[in-house]
Amino acid sequence: MIKLQEINKTYQVGGSPLRALCDVSLQIASGEYLSVMGPSGSGKSTLLNMIGLLDRPDSGRYWFDTVATEELSEERRARLRGENIGFIFQQFHLINRLSAFENIELPMMLAGHPLKQRRNTVADVLAMVGLSARASHKPNQLSGGQLQRVAIARAIVMRPRLLLADEPTGNLDSHSGGEVVDVLEKLNQDGITLIVVTHDQTLGDRAKRHIRMVDGRIHSDHSGDTRSQQRVEKRGKNSVDETD
Amino acid sequence: MSMRLTDQFTFNRQLFLRHRVRTLLLLLAVAIGVASVILLTSLGEGARGYVDREFSALGNRILAVLPGRKETTGGGPPIYGAVPRDLTLEDANALATIPGVLAVAPIVAGTTTVAYSNRSREVITLGSTDAFFAVRQLDVGAGRVLSPRSRSEPLAVCVLGVKVKRELFGSSRALGEWVRVGDRRMRVIGVLEERGESLGLDMRDMLLIPVRTAEQLFDSPSLFRILLDIAPSADSDKIEQKILTVIRKRHDGEEDVTVISQDSMLAAFDSILVTLTLAIAAIASISLLVAGILIMNISLISVSQRRKEIGLLKAIGASSRQIKQLFIGESLLLMSMGSAAGITFAFSLILIFARLWPSFPLQPPVWAVPAALLVAFGTGLVFSIMPAKQAAALDPVLALRGLQP
Ligand SMILES: Nc1ncnc2c1ncn2[C@@H]1O[C@H](COP(=O)(O)OP(=O)(O)OP(=O)(O)O)[C@@H](O)[C@H]1O
Ligand SMILES: [Mg+2]
Repeated sequence: MIKLQEINKTYQVGGSPLRALCDVSLQIASGEYLSVMGPSGSGKSTLLNMIGLLDRPDSGRYWFDTVATEELSEERRARLRGENIGFIFQQFHLINRLSAFENIELPMMLAGHPLKQRRNTVADVLAMVGLSARASHKPNQLSGGQLQRVAIARAIVMRPRLLLADEPTGNLDSHSGGEVVDVLEKLNQDGITLIVVTHDQTLGDRAKRHIRMVDGRIHSDHSGDTRSQQRVEKRGKNSVDETD
Repeated sequence: MSMRLTDQFTFNRQLFLRHRVRTLLLLLAVAIGVASVILLTSLGEGARGYVDREFSALGNRILAVLPGRKETTGGGPPIYGAVPRDLTLEDANALATIPGVLAVAPIVAGTTTVAYSNRSREVITLGSTDAFFAVRQLDVGAGRVLSPRSRSEPLAVCVLGVKVKRELFGSSRALGEWVRVGDRRMRVIGVLEERGESLGLDMRDMLLIPVRTAEQLFDSPSLFRILLDIAPSADSDKIEQKILTVIRKRHDGEEDVTVISQDSMLAAFDSILVTLTLAIAAIASISLLVAGILIMNISLISVSQRRKEIGLLKAIGASSRQIKQLFIGESLLLMSMGSAAGITFAFSLILIFARLWPSFPLQPPVWAVPAALLVAFGTGLVFSIMPAKQAAALDPVLALRGLQP
C-alpha cells in the first residue's frame, strides 16, 4: 500500500543543513501494524508526516497504492489525505470551541458530506471509541484519555485505510493510554493499517513490525514476535533515548 | 469534495460565538459604515427633494432677466465699448407684449433708511409694481398691495415686511401712518403676510414701494432685474429666445442681458446636490474601508492565533483552497451581518426622522443600499484576501507544532 524509495529530507538549522530523513526506503502492506521508535530527533515524526502527505520530500519517490504522490498537486494531496489517511497527535489537536461531535464531523464537513450521513457516521465512531455519552461535551469537559479517543474518532470518521499516530499515549497515564491502544488495535484488527510512533517500549512491542530510527535512517526493521530479542537490544540503546 | 455553504456558515457561526466581543465590534464597525452611507446620501437626496418642492410650491413659472451678459462659455476677451446698457422700465413694458408672458414685474433695488417717530432702520427696499405680488405669489396680511397705478406713477406709498413693521410700530397699527423713507414721506398701505424665506429672499425684512418712486429715490432708471410670470403651457426656452430678441432690438443689437429660468435654476441646484450626495457617499464609504482594514487586521491576528487549527484542518483533508474559502467566507459573513444591521439601523432612523420633521424627510436614493453593499462586500473581499492567503500558505507540519515559519 505504501512504498517509499530513497526519501530524503533536509532542514536548514541555523545555516547548516540537518538531514531529518536519509535515504529512507520502506514498504508497508495493507493491514500492517508498525511501531516506529528511536531517539528524539531521529526523524520519526518527519517520516510520519511524509507518509501522511503533510510534508514533501526533497528527493525520493513515494507511492500511495499506485499513485506517485510527488507528482500530485497540493489539492489532490489534500484529497488523498482526507479520504485515506487519519492522523492522531500527542496533543490531540481538538478545536476547543467545538463539541466532541462537531470535532469528529469536521473531516466529513470539509469533504462536503450531508448532515444526515454525518450524524450516523459520527454516532457509529463515537460508539466505537466508547464515548457515545460524551457527544455534546466540549474538550475542556473531557479527560486526556477521552480527548485522545475523540481524536481517534475524528481520524477514522472518513473510514481511512491508514492511521498514523504520533505518540498517541505520550500525554496520557498508563490506564487511559491502555484504553487508547485498545481502540487502535481493535481498528487494526478490523483491517486498518496502523503506524504508531512512540517512546513507550511496551506500546512499541505490541506492534507486529518494529522500525527503529537513528539519525534519519532506518536502523532496524524487525517483523513478527521478536519481543524477547528486542528487549535485549533496547536495553543497550536506552542510554541514547535518555539524551531527550 | 468541497464544503457545503451551510456547513461553512455553521463553522463561522461557532467561531463568532467563541469570539463574541471581537465579532460584535467588527459588526458594529461595518454597521456604522453601511448606515452612514445610507444616512448621509439620504441627507443629500432629502435636500434635493426639499429644493424641488420649494420650487414647485411657487406654483407658477418664473423667468428672471438680469442686466449684463453672463459669460458661461469661455469665449474671447470682452469687446471694448460694449458696456452693458441698463435695463429700464421701458424694456420691462416691451417684454410684457410677448405672448405667453402673464405678468412682468420690474424691480429696482437698494437700501434706504426707514423711520417712524424716533425709530429708524436700514432696510432693503424694492421698487416694483402690483405684478410683483402676482409673480412672487405674495399677499398682504393687512391693508392692500401696490395698485396698478404704481406701474407708472411715483406714488408716495409703501408696503412693509412684518419684521420691519414690528420694529417700527411694535404692536400698534401701521396702516395709514406716514413713515420717512430716505428723504421722503410715504404712507403705509399694507403689511406683508407672515411668510418665511423664499428662494433666499427674506420678505419679512423688506420695504416695497412703487417702481417710479424707487427710481426717484435712488436717482437711477436702471432695473435690478425683471421677473416674468409665464403661462404654464408656454415653452420656457422659446420665451427666453423672444426676450433676447426684444432686448437686442431695443439695445442696438447687443444681447446684454441674462435670462435665468426657474427650470434651469432647479436643474443647477439638482446637479449640485447630486454631486454633493455622491461626494458624501464617497466620504461615508471611507468608514467602510476602515471597517475593512479592521477586519483584515483582526483576521491576520486570528490566523496567527489559529495556526494549530489551520494545521489540523489541513491534516484532516482541507486543501489550501478550502482554508482560503473559510477565511474569505468569514469576512463576507461578517460584512453581510454588519450590513443587515446597518441597513436596519439607517432605515429606522429615517423613519423616526420622518416623524419628527415631516417637512424635510430623509430619503435614501435608490442606489444608496446597493452602493453601500457593494462597497462593504468589495472591502470585505479585498481585505480578507491577504489573511486568507497567509492561512492557506501555512505549513501544516510547522503549524501543528505551534512553530512560527
Ligand atoms: N521544520 C523544521 N525545521 C528545522 N528542523 C526540523 C524541522 N522539523 C524537524 N526538524 C529537525 O529534524 C529532526 C527530526 O525531527 P523529528 O520531529 O522527525 O524527530 P522525532 O524523531 O519525531 O523526535 P521526537 O521523538 O522528539 O518527536 C530533528 O533534529 C528536528 O529538530
Ligand atoms: Mg516527533
